[in-house]
Amino acid sequence: MDLKEKLVSSFMAFENQVDVDTYVHGIRTEAIKTFETTGFPTKKQEAWKYTSLNKILKEDYSVFPKQENNIEYRDVKKYLIHDIDTYKIIFIDGKYSSHLSETTHDGIDVCLMSAALSKPKYRLVIENYFNKAATNDSLSSLNTAFSSEGAYIHIPKNKLVNKPIQIVHFSTGNESALMLQPRNLIVVDENSHVQIIERHQSLTENAVLTNSVTEVFAKKRAVVDYYKIQNDNQKASLIDNTFIKQKQESQASVHTFTFGGNLTRNNLNFYQHGERIDSTLKGVTIIGDKQHVDHNTLVHHIEPNCESHQDYKGIYDGNATGVFNGKVIVEKLAQKTNAFQANNNILVSDKSTINTKPQLEIFADDVKCSHGCTIGQLDDDALFYMKTRGIPEKEAKALLMYAFANNVLESVKIPEIKARITKLIATKLGVNIGFNL
Amino acid sequence: MLQIKNLHASVEDKTILRGINLEVKAGEVHAIMGPNGSGKSTLASVIAGKEEYETTQGEIIFDGDDIDELAAEERAHKGIFLSFQYPVEIPGVTVTNFMKTAINETRKAKGLDEMPANEMLKLIREKSELLEIDRKFLSRSLNQGFSGGEKKRNEIFQMAMLEPKLAILDETDSGLDIDALRIVANGVNKLKSKDNAVIVITHYQRLLDYIVPDFVHVLHNGKIVKSGPKELAHELEEKGYDWIKQELV
Repeated sequence: MDLKEKLVSSFMAFENQVDVDTYVHGIRTEAIKTFETTGFPTKKQEAWKYTSLNKILKEDYSVFPKQENNIEYRDVKKYLIHDIDTYKIIFIDGKYSSHLSETTHDGIDVCLMSAALSKPKYRLVIENYFNKAATNDSLSSLNTAFSSEGAYIHIPKNKLVNKPIQIVHFSTGNESALMLQPRNLIVVDENSHVQIIERHQSLTENAVLTNSVTEVFAKKRAVVDYYKIQNDNQKASLIDNTFIKQKQESQASVHTFTFGGNLTRNNLNFYQHGERIDSTLKGVTIIGDKQHVDHNTLVHHIEPNCESHQDYKGIYDGNATGVFNGKVIVEKLAQKTNAFQANNNILVSDKSTINTKPQLEIFADDVKCSHGCTIGQLDDDALFYMKTRGIPEKEAKALLMYAFANNVLESVKIPEIKARITKLIATKLGVNIGFNL
Repeated sequence: MLQIKNLHASVEDKTILRGINLEVKAGEVHAIMGPNGSGKSTLASVIAGKEEYETTQGEIIFDGDDIDELAAEERAHKGIFLSFQYPVEIPGVTVTNFMKTAINETRKAKGLDEMPANEMLKLIREKSELLEIDRKFLSRSLNQGFSGGEKKRNEIFQMAMLEPKLAILDETDSGLDIDALRIVANGVNKLKSKDNAVIVITHYQRLLDYIVPDFVHVLHNGKIVKSGPKELAHELEEKGYDWIKQELV
């Protein structure tokens, strides 16, 4: 039985575990039908031209983890941002871990999707927002069909959330291969401000496939900063589907740092419903070996006077392959749009590949849209110059690469995240230097 | 300190150096002059260890060791410094961080601990004052948007920080106005001691009024064709290089 059949047939078993008499279950039922019709995407589809899921779909994934597993804080502390106070929503093999988490209902809701789906007091929010930003593409539909657990965050208006929220998924490897489908809903009401850090981490070398959907709603003048740290081991694959709907004068940013993982696909979608909206999409990708990363972004400018800023830097070594597919749509009504997109890449080895494809669809006539992509190598003259100052080749290369990626880090607002990313970059590049630029 | 014996070097199968012999002792200043294309910058790059240049014959001995097989950074760790004719711009790496990394990597290679931050700051302050470099300048990206004079002053600042045994100044005077030239020369002179040596590569004699050489060598067609005391530089300035070429014929 292939994975598609297995998933479709296990939907009935899933129905035995959840309350089927709900608004959400109606959506799930539709979604499994969509997935059954469309199946997993293939390279024949334009959006998947450079990324094949074939290999990772061959694993015999367990789609429902059988047992509850436990891990100790001291074993996973290093994967958490622990030098500052944070809220934490932590999952182990898809199940909520209360002893590792720190949630709240004190003025804001930082809790679980499972609770939000079952308790009446969340019904209105669920009915207003659940699956209202996600599209019905096959992978999002698959997630919707099985959506039952994840993070639920609701920030009522005029709240400045005083500490970042970490959403972390650990997999223990107790199953030989595990598929996870977390579902996150984040609603940030007027004038509120929240910072979110998301990470997926397997603790063994067993195969993991995560197909995650995150819906974010940024209401009028809300500010949402989202950081995705993708540094999983090379047996773990991630398909991240994130949908961000913004209202007027809101600001939303997503920084994606991809160093780990086997196959990583980031489907990042921004929809601007209102004027004077600001959307920021930035990423640093540093991969090697046979790793594959695909950034598939969409910014949909629907109304006038909005901005979007995209800046993705990629460094590819070994046999690694990268994809950047950035689509910007500017509707006829969206006059005075400023949309910027940049994708710069360094190919460190002869066998690494990057496919970069900007797509601009502009229907308005008074807009500023720019895009640029570059593919280059490290500058030999710069390397020689650095070496004559006593900096060894490896460190010199690392310094050049860090400098190349650095302007993406400059917009990271949490210093501890910046420090962590800097450390991860040094580790990834195999050097022990501080990069205090 | 440095002995170059019958050095032949080529790049992409094109022979540029055709038998250089040169000995530099501690405490000495040597000037290497010559027309464009005579091989001056190539000689500097070969000593510093640029990989594109292949030594086809001869040897370079530094402090008693043949350094032909050493990488550029290993030569730097032994105390060889090259001030570039065209310093490379490195966006995103500040002058300060570049120097910190350079010094600490050099110390690491020697088995020493990293220099403590306060000591590093003190050193940076002291050396930047010597070269009359504004502190703001140190937090800018290395060489990016620097004027010609700023780049050269920055080269000598790096030299002051690294305190090499042998400094090779490749056309450090080009692009400098007279004030900057004086600052740079003054910096070099203050760093000079009986234990280190300087090779000044230049086209013109004017830098040699400030950094006075013990020996002047004329390079032509990949060979040293004439050596003499500092007065040779004046003679070249007056008569040009054609005189040497004719003498050779």
